[in-house]
Amino acid sequence: MDAHAAGGHAELEIPYTVHPRPDTGVYNGKLGIWLFLASEVMLFGALFSSLILLRTGADSWPRGDLKLNVPLATFNTFILILSSVTVVMAWSHLRLGNLKKGRIYISVTILCALIFLVNKAFEYGHEFHEHNFPKTSNFFAIYFTMTGLHGLHIIGGVIVFLYFLGPGAKMWAHDAERYTNRIEIVGLYWHFVDLVWIFLFPVLYLM
Amino acid sequence: MGLRRQIRVGSQWMYADEAHKALREALRVMDDEAKSGAHGGHQLPWIRRYVFSTDHKWIGIQYGFTALCFLMLGFCLMILMRLQLGWPGQAFSVMKLLGAARAPGGVLLPEAYNQLGAMHGTIMIFLGIVPLAVGAFGNYLVPLQIGAPDMAFPKLNMASYWCYVPGGLIMLASFLAPGGTAQSGWTSYPPLSVIASQGQTWWLIGMVFLITSSLLGSVNFIVTIVQLRAKGLSYMRFPFFVHAQFVTSFLLLLAFPPLEAAAVLQLMDRVAGTSFFLPSGLVVSGQALTNAGGGNPLLWQHLFWFLAHPEVYVLILPAMGIVAEIIANGTRKPLWGYKSMVFATVFLGFMSFVVWAHHMFLTGMGTTISAFFQTTTMIISIPSVIILSSLFISLWGGSIRFTTPMLFALAFLPMFGIGGLTGLPLGLAAADIHLHDTYYVIGHFHYVVAPGTIFAMFAGIYYWFPKATGRKLNEFWGRIHFWVSFVCINGIFFPMFAQGLAGVSRRLYDGGMQYAHAKQIAAQTNPFMSICAIGLLVAQVPFICNFFYNAIAAAFGHRDEGLGSNPWGATTMEWAATTSPPLAHGNFEVLPVVYRGPYEYSVPGSEADFIPQHEPTAALPAPQGGGLLPAKAVAMREN
Repeated sequence: MDAHAAGGHAELEIPYTVHPRPDTGVYNGKLGIWLFLASEVMLFGALFSSLILLRTGADSWPRGDLKLNVPLATFNTFILILSSVTVVMAWSHLRLGNLKKGRIYISVTILCALIFLVNKAFEYGHEFHEHNFPKTSNFFAIYFTMTGLHGLHIIGGVIVFLYFLGPGAKMWAHDAERYTNRIEIVGLYWHFVDLVWIFLFPVLYLM
Repeated sequence: MGLRRQIRVGSQWMYADEAHKALREALRVMDDEAKSGAHGGHQLPWIRRYVFSTDHKWIGIQYGFTALCFLMLGFCLMILMRLQLGWPGQAFSVMKLLGAARAPGGVLLPEAYNQLGAMHGTIMIFLGIVPLAVGAFGNYLVPLQIGAPDMAFPKLNMASYWCYVPGGLIMLASFLAPGGTAQSGWTSYPPLSVIASQGQTWWLIGMVFLITSSLLGSVNFIVTIVQLRAKGLSYMRFPFFVHAQFVTSFLLLLAFPPLEAAAVLQLMDRVAGTSFFLPSGLVVSGQALTNAGGGNPLLWQHLFWFLAHPEVYVLILPAMGIVAEIIANGTRKPLWGYKSMVFATVFLGFMSFVVWAHHMFLTGMGTTISAFFQTTTMIISIPSVIILSSLFISLWGGSIRFTTPMLFALAFLPMFGIGGLTGLPLGLAAADIHLHDTYYVIGHFHYVVAPGTIFAMFAGIYYWFPKATGRKLNEFWGRIHFWVSFVCINGIFFPMFAQGLAGVSRRLYDGGMQYAHAKQIAAQTNPFMSICAIGLLVAQVPFICNFFYNAIAAAFGHRDEGLGSNPWGATTMEWAATTSPPLAHGNFEVLPVVYRGPYEYSVPGSEADFIPQHEPTAALPAPQGGGLLPAKAVAMREN
């Protein structure tokens, strides 16, 4: 602001990008991600509703545990929960001013996500090998659609984490607080993606 | 050495060497400013200013221009359909534009009529009105009205526009797909849409882009309104337009994702061969489908209308916001019942999520569910009536200025009234048995959206054009535009009620001539309606010329001298606290502080007939004899 002030009109900056607005208690990005997650709830909510409607309307519906690989999915569930913990660790280390540890935990989170995706690829490969395709039955149709969409969310998260691990971390040098906020925001998204899986796992695999 | 002489610079006297120094400093600053653009900000390259701009005002203009083009395109598709409806089976040379595959010899084929119908609805709603109402007016005005330097996320704002453009282009490109574009109506009901030609796939992909665009936009609007409102701008001091945009954004945010889910499922049905929407044992043209089956076509309808009913309020709420602003300004009075209007809007937003199945009374979903949705539908009419009544009562005792924007805003009231009231019989399950899928529905919906929302959009364009350009649109041609449009648009839509009551179904490519019960009324009314449609097209010519003449003149820097920054004498901050057009970046020289409500017109005892929102409150006169104690008066003032 001061640099511009001499030149007459100051270019106004957008307020509350880093620090919370006193009367709302949040900064812009945090409110934004919560709203985005609200819309994601509606997206997955619509898919879960579709699953319920299709299943209740079907003459017969296969048992998920007989069709799908439950142990692998259980392992994946733990991996994702672990990644939710590590992303919080990353954020808290950044809050304490430790970029190095923060980055290590971000890397662990990415690693967990990749393990999840590799397991998922094995699962898909196995189903294809068994000639179970989306068109085979509505069970597999909704299974592939929902886990596929969830997988896309995981991939999106990995891309964002990779960005913050690499080029995005340059921000730490000049605006550490904003960088920490960004990890908090992607962390909130990451928790949501985990939460979706925690719903998907029992609904598809166990019921 | 004698006395040093001083020279006068402005109101200052100074020695020549000081003046020389000051001059050099002035030249340096001017040079700096010239290099960095007029208003301090660093000069951006052309492409960042005009193509990939992050300035909400320019994005608003981009949205507005694109949306107006799409509105014109959607209207032209309708003109072709009206030609066919008015004079079924006749050859028109203009039809040849569609190509020999759709209109051999200038006679429109039934399947081409379906394509035009589906794309008319899609283009008008998703590419025309919503981007104009939310993308253009919302983007341009909301940050200015709440005293914000820009939207909260300028880059997301840009991304929102640049998701909308490819979405629109994919929709347009679908006309070139083998078998033509989508032809299952704007509602894309399966199983027809699942077995339709490739254009439907393009439609679905286009929709995914448009949904992404509106998602980015709505997050941005909500955060902007909550976080970036100026100091002192409490929620009940918002201009009504901001409330309307706020609720609209929530509807877009929460209602669109289910359609996205539905679009993904339909895409899977079409591309991956799943059967989400295909029941078992479906036979198409004598051929049994090989799909696994077990799907449910009604599932699509539920998911679709879960979006599409809130979408109706997305179409109407910003229009109400625009009309409210213009009516308060044109009557020089505060809005009557501002608070009830605000609460009605919020209530309307909530209720719009629980009425969707009133579009599905005839699907056999059962009387219990029908009764539920019929009840909620009757309830949701109450807030609409509150808003409309408040606007009507606001006219009472006002000294109305019949400017062009005011004419359009005034016409909105009875037109939306007709549209709303004719909706009541449709919301009752019993009456709907007769009226469902007839022209009555088309008449009802178009009264809400065409002489309702689109008139409000015109009102907004005439009203805020000086804001964006510094020039006023020509009043005379504005009036011509209004009166001819007003007469013609009623000529198109009013006979639809009669047709619908007589039982003429919608989506018939000959307007009902093949049915005995519909033949007579179709022959009586359709040619007249089509002539009115052509009249409406002609009526847009003065508007288009008026718009472009003034927009181009403004682009070359010709401003209306003496127009001033606040030509309508408005109280809200987009007029009062900044110049017209506003500063390129940041909007305001200093962020305004708000001291009062949005519509302080004709305040007794004030000199001007309006007091801008950011004008500080005058000190209360000291209480004299028998009044309040001074300390108490001070406390009141501070409240």
